[in-house]
Amino acid sequence: MRKTVWSMCSMCSVRCPIKVEVEDGKVKWIEGNPHLLKGALCAKGSAGIALQRDSERPQQPLIRRGGRGAGKWEPVSWYTALDYVADKMNKIKEKYGAKAMMLSCRGGPWQDMWKTFIHGFGSPNFTNHDSGCGRNVHHASKSVYGLGRKGFIYDLKNAKHLISFGRNLMASLRVAEVNQIMDMLDNGGSFTYVDVRQTLTGIKATRFFQVRPGTDYALALGMINEVIKQEAYDKEFIEKYTTGFDKMAEFVEQYTAEWAAKECGIKVKKIKDFVSEIGQQRPSVVFHPGWMLSRYKDSFYASRMLHILNVLMGSVEVKGGQQFPKTPADCGVKGLRTFSSLVPKPEDKRADGVGWKYKHFDKGPGLFHLFYDAMLTGEPYPIKGVICYRHDPFNCFPDVAAQKEAFDNCELLVSIDTHYSEFGWYSDVILPESMYLERETPVVTQKGPKPRFAFRDRAVEPRFDTKPSWEIFKMLADRLGMSEYFPYNNAEEMWQFQLEPTGFTIDDLREKGFVALTDEPIMYDRDNLEGKFKTPSGKIEFVSQMLEENGLPSFKPYESPHKPPKGRFRLIFGRSPVHAHGHTINNPLLNELMPENTLWINSRVANRMGISEGDWVDVIADSQKGTIRAHVTDFIHPEAVYTVHGFGRQVPLQSRAYHAGMSDQKLQEGLLEMMDPAGGGLCLCEKFVTVRRSPRNPRRRVEL
Amino acid sequence: MNKYMIYLNSKRCIGCHGCEVHCKTNKDLPVGPFLCEISHEPLKAVKGVPKTEYHFRSCYHCEDPYCVPICPTGAMKKREDGIVYVDTEACIGCMACAGACPWHIPQYNPNTGKAVKCDYCMDRVDAGLKPACVTKCTTRALKFVTIQEL
Ligand code: SF4
Ligand code: SF4
Ligand code: SF4
Ligand code: SF4
Repeated sequence: MRKTVWSMCSMCSVRCPIKVEVEDGKVKWIEGNPHLLKGALCAKGSAGIALQRDSERPQQPLIRRGGRGAGKWEPVSWYTALDYVADKMNKIKEKYGAKAMMLSCRGGPWQDMWKTFIHGFGSPNFTNHDSGCGRNVHHASKSVYGLGRKGFIYDLKNAKHLISFGRNLMASLRVAEVNQIMDMLDNGGSFTYVDVRQTLTGIKATRFFQVRPGTDYALALGMINEVIKQEAYDKEFIEKYTTGFDKMAEFVEQYTAEWAAKECGIKVKKIKDFVSEIGQQRPSVVFHPGWMLSRYKDSFYASRMLHILNVLMGSVEVKGGQQFPKTPADCGVKGLRTFSSLVPKPEDKRADGVGWKYKHFDKGPGLFHLFYDAMLTGEPYPIKGVICYRHDPFNCFPDVAAQKEAFDNCELLVSIDTHYSEFGWYSDVILPESMYLERETPVVTQKGPKPRFAFRDRAVEPRFDTKPSWEIFKMLADRLGMSEYFPYNNAEEMWQFQLEPTGFTIDDLREKGFVALTDEPIMYDRDNLEGKFKTPSGKIEFVSQMLEENGLPSFKPYESPHKPPKGRFRLIFGRSPVHAHGHTINNPLLNELMPENTLWINSRVANRMGISEGDWVDVIADSQKGTIRAHVTDFIHPEAVYTVHGFGRQVPLQSRAYHAGMSDQKLQEGLLEMMDPAGGGLCLCEKFVTVRRSPRNPRRRVEL
Repeated sequence: MNKYMIYLNSKRCIGCHGCEVHCKTNKDLPVGPFLCEISHEPLKAVKGVPKTEYHFRSCYHCEDPYCVPICPTGAMKKREDGIVYVDTEACIGCMACAGACPWHIPQYNPNTGKAVKCDYCMDRVDAGLKPACVTKCTTRALKFVTIQEL
């Protein structure tokens, strides 16, 4: 029997809509939803089949019997595992209060349920991975618009010029977005790319700035200076919707294009030409404000300036520019019912200090890395139990040794995941979630020019004794006496609960995997945007009240990044299009494409150091060392070395990924404490490492 | 007369290697054989931007294939429409075809013990669909072209 199932990919966190063909209970074919992606999918998307068939994933609940990380697991039934977790959680509640439990996730559209769970338990401590990712961009956006980073979408297809500061769009690979960019380029659009090395994205650019590592902020300042000098900005828009322009203009006066060119190591004419070009093309110009910008000490301010450049271009609610994502309400449709609407707001202050100690940070998910302080010091109160749902702090935060030290003060560590995460391997209980083709997920709202409701249906039955997360949280909630927050017994009832106010049923979504809430894209009247900007003044704020009130400058004077001493390099990390960080390294087909990472090093430097292509090199931090093969190339700045993040995994049961390649986060010693005080992001590119040719390179051949 | 070809628009290709996996999963191939391959030239600066060209290679479906006559069992066949394919029933996995092909295109499938190669996804093509690699190419850079007879 053959059937078609509509689902969403989960190989990376883009979650592309997919169509799955199933024959006799076997997945035969996955393609991008033809209605939305015309079949297109990336390598990871297709390799979902290999993940489903792979047995190197947790196959039943496991309880740790040896020391943490020793890998001695007892397979148990779901009842035993869930009773164990609930019992421990209740004990923690009795001893330290409910707030001593925290829950972290990967963010994304399904947070409502996980948040409901931890809030329902009585703890405010809901968090996610974002302080090692996009928090700087998010908070920068809030400081300018009063809206988070999802407060705008980019109409790239119709843009005349896209500018990316190190956002490696082709490797991070959002299928729909990449197609928009390719369409834009086919239509003759310009694309300016800024990075310390050449990337899959940069080779598509029409202009490339190879800058010295850590000088993005300088280039953005120089661009603003030049935009003002050339009067290349949208005066009418600035007049109508912004405050603080003069203060900003005054601040950037010292940062001329000449200065920026010198600081970044590029040609001043190129900056000037660039500015005259965008002056002609505005408002259909998009400065990508960055994504994974937990990088440098001034990444928050760099991102702020990119947001400001968009404002200067007048790129708000225009064709080919930034647009407000439209909601069901804009289509006259009621939104989904949320689970969190059933739960009273927790009264306690957050243990990460967000919302009271750090008032300028977004309370929603707070900042994960600040919980480590609470674990270590018991201040403001102890954190004793951690649930990580599909989030692997050992993979996404720096300095794994320092993290373990903090976790060792906890009495309960639970990992809920489809694969063995590094954290899971160290935890006390692994509750295996069914992989995405084997589970349903709640309905989600996808905002955009044409908002829609979408969902994931179960394509095949789980191969192992795993469960979907809606069931895991429900069963835990039942044991903890909070069944009322999870008012369903099966997926159908869950969807019904969500969809009830909208007037749609799950069968409507089953027709093609989603329902579109409008046929035509919706645009607001650009002359009437009052009330759309959520800053204290209701305007776009060049001078941010939120920052100033919290003692932070709206404009930070530029500080030149340190130059690494001889023999040392700034360690930069990034992505490949065939892997999604650590999640996919063990996937048979993706591992086949890229089994390990390499260390990019500038050819001139490598030559001096006697390092040739393919040589083993040691990469040494303070106490940690990694060994990896060198990739010698002209196309990286001599101050930096670069590697793909996610490798060097240490879970023995992942035989393909085990110790393959090198982990960058292990080398980022000391960086767990290096937070950008204004943006909340960690500064993960602020580590210098020593590189040397490894003694592992064979010197002689001694075999026959 | 060859009727089909696959064309790669290198300008649109992003080197994501999706097509290789789309192909493998469609044919249920294990780790080992690849029926198509994306490669690129070394980077070269064009107007200040280091650039490259991407190439896509599957099988050339030669007008006069080397792999067909060498096959001892007649398993390697060429269809009317030019598609060169392996008849898996008849294939004994001797891999003489790979040796004869100047580009070693036919691959050994460790799961079946037989040869496997690009057949332009003829089952899909016969059903009115496009080959797997073309259908799912991330950026729609691959095109399946039907050559019109004059
Ligand atoms: S980009 Fe690829 S892996 Fe990510 S959701 Fe889309 S298809 Fe899946
Ligand atoms: S899937 Fe398409 S874009 Fe990706 S490498 Fe293959 S041809 Fe290029
Ligand atoms: S396998 Fe080699 S010889 Fe045979 S048709 Fe293909 S390219 Fe030609
Ligand atoms: S046409 Fe079919 S068999 Fe040939 S490379 Fe493409 S997907 Fe593979």
